[in-house]
Amino acid sequence: MLTKAKDMNRVLYIDLTKKDNKIEDREDLFDEYLGGSGVAIKLLEEECPKGVDPLSVSNPIIFAVGPLTALYPSASKTVAMFKSPLTGNLGESHTGGRSAMAIKLAGYGAIVIKGSSDIPVYLAIHGDEVKFKDASSIWGIEAVAVGRILREVEPGAGVRTIIRIGRAGEKQVRYACAVCETYRHFGRLGLGAVMGSKKLKAVVISADKSIEIPKEKRKEYKEVYDEIQDVVVETDAMEKYHDLGTAGKIYDMNKLGGMAYKNLESASAPEEIAREFSGENIAQKYLSRRVSCAHCPVGCIHLASLRELYEPGYYFKTSTIPYDNETIYALGFMLGMKSAEDYLRLIDVVDRIGMDAISTGVTLAWATEAYERGIITKEHTDGLEFHWGDVQVYSEVIEKIVAMPNEFYQNLAKGVEHVSSVYGGQDYALAFGGNEMPEYHTGIACYLNNLTGARHSHLDSAGYDLDQKLIGKEFTLEEVVRALLKEEEWRQILSSLVVCFFARKVYSAERIIKALDAIGIENWTEGKLEDLGRVIHRAKMDFKFREGFDLAKLRIPKRIFEVPTPHGLLKEEDVRKAIEIYGEMIGRDI
Amino acid sequence: MAKKLAALDVNKCIGCMECMFACSRRVGRGGFDKSAVRVRSAGGIERGFVIVACRACENPPCAKVCPTGALRERKGGGVILNEDKCIGCGFCAQACIMGAIFWDSERNKPIVCKYCGECANYCVHNAIGMVEVKAEA
Repeated sequence: MLTKAKDMNRVLYIDLTKKDNKIEDREDLFDEYLGGSGVAIKLLEEECPKGVDPLSVSNPIIFAVGPLTALYPSASKTVAMFKSPLTGNLGESHTGGRSAMAIKLAGYGAIVIKGSSDIPVYLAIHGDEVKFKDASSIWGIEAVAVGRILREVEPGAGVRTIIRIGRAGEKQVRYACAVCETYRHFGRLGLGAVMGSKKLKAVVISADKSIEIPKEKRKEYKEVYDEIQDVVVETDAMEKYHDLGTAGKIYDMNKLGGMAYKNLESASAPEEIAREFSGENIAQKYLSRRVSCAHCPVGCIHLASLRELYEPGYYFKTSTIPYDNETIYALGFMLGMKSAEDYLRLIDVVDRIGMDAISTGVTLAWATEAYERGIITKEHTDGLEFHWGDVQVYSEVIEKIVAMPNEFYQNLAKGVEHVSSVYGGQDYALAFGGNEMPEYHTGIACYLNNLTGARHSHLDSAGYDLDQKLIGKEFTLEEVVRALLKEEEWRQILSSLVVCFFARKVYSAERIIKALDAIGIENWTEGKLEDLGRVIHRAKMDFKFREGFDLAKLRIPKRIFEVPTPHGLLKEEDVRKAIEIYGEMIGRDI
Repeated sequence: MAKKLAALDVNKCIGCMECMFACSRRVGRGGFDKSAVRVRSAGGIERGFVIVACRACENPPCAKVCPTGALRERKGGGVILNEDKCIGCGFCAQACIMGAIFWDSERNKPIVCKYCGECANYCVHNAIGMVEVKAEA
């Protein structure tokens, strides 16, 4: 079915309580805010009442794509927005797979899911057709198997996305993720728990439309497309992300001394561990396939093949397991794993049950240290002994986080900020703004990123990157804060278009303007884009403040000041001062 | 020499679908509803991908079942569609056990590969490419 670019401004509203849906043209939003993060934050403002319980019927889920989706290479991401059950404020998570292409070519710029179902359901969205289907028979099934089942019963093979939750989402583990195309995730901030609270097991969306490029624009469109394609293929993105994948930087990060190891006992693991977990070693031993998101030639997704004996008598199983930089950190380094094989086995457990790998790893790392220090005992753990690198016990702990046999596991299911507030050990509970920390211990910028970033994600303002650029240079706190803020504001444009951050160097302001112009979206300028980035960033921050986020009350775990970074030891007073400067810059004086 | 599209090495396919997008882009569309090449997983991404494209058969079954002569054999293999003669019966699509004849539901006509190679131009990983028909015969 043919449709025009502007028809993609449609928003599909789904009401799970009434099992009803409607489609509205929201040209007003897409004209002003492009799409993705920009449109999603506006829809969140409209649909999420102040102060709602994130796991209640009133919390909406918003999926949004953008004007470049399905039209240009590497514009391959979907933004999910909701109120986070983990942090209690802004929930925003991005994924690729086929999700963005499927939503756009089903004919939507965004999908808003409201209400809550009385029985388990999954949504089957095939173009304009929206069906609520009974998911009782797949409730309780792991995320991987759900995909396998729905692949068989729903149409649209090859041109659809299947977004689903595992058991962790059903049980509303606060850091449960939503899995997409088996190996991609809306990982962070608990979208899986929100879906679980709505009894929404899965969303299948298939494409049945294509977008018409106006005749007079076709030549221009192809020229701009080819320019972007050439740059995507020729920049370092290809080499950096395709060959070894994001795992390629593991060894160097450890060598630099910016890699949190064993709950940040140090920022560098022993040489043999770094070699074991290096992208080179994992690729040589386990890499079985590289895949990409729809409409991206890079292919950064790396899949490992793990063959294991699981019963005597030559009974082997072979599992395909996705691996990347962040999970090597969280489930490998943070947990003191000794072998890549154990790390892969743990990812498999986490993925099947459907939890965010970073939050899981950081929470387990805190629990291990707390157990070693005697704050947590076998009485809490239901008899389990926590030790670094014990993949068997960690797998059992993950099962118990979902089964919640006692109060300790109920608390563990609420994340490290919460569990440490109950049992102590906050000095080494590595969460920032309520979100478990990403990999980096590279300097002050990465922690300012974690503390002030709207999502408390390393991708908010890439502080880890700035830290590395600043090594050996003199700088003021104000310069660092200004650079981070500028980066985060600009990234709002990328996540509104929506292009993958890995292609951020390809999508310069100049190319974005050309790309929009060639599909009939005119009159954007670099200045207008920069202004919009600021507006979207402030809107996201306003949502956070509205929901209780407070710069003055940010907890900073002492541990980060006890371990040297590549810039030396950090000082709490510097970090506090920088947060103050940040507050002034965004008009929120502390 | 006549050329045709070929899956050179399906193991190199990363499932990016750029070939599908390229094919529809030829007619000014973003999407793949006019595409004569398709990529899908072989029953789960861990099993790799299946590339479905016209093999430009010698003695093509699709042309044999066309009741109006709209599909005629191309010299060297494959077919050429004369849309004016096509009544949209769909026999050709049924006859292709490769599933390489797709359907244009807007116009009720088959989508048949034109062997232009535009899709292959965008296959960065060389999973598909153009080959001379004779070379493989």
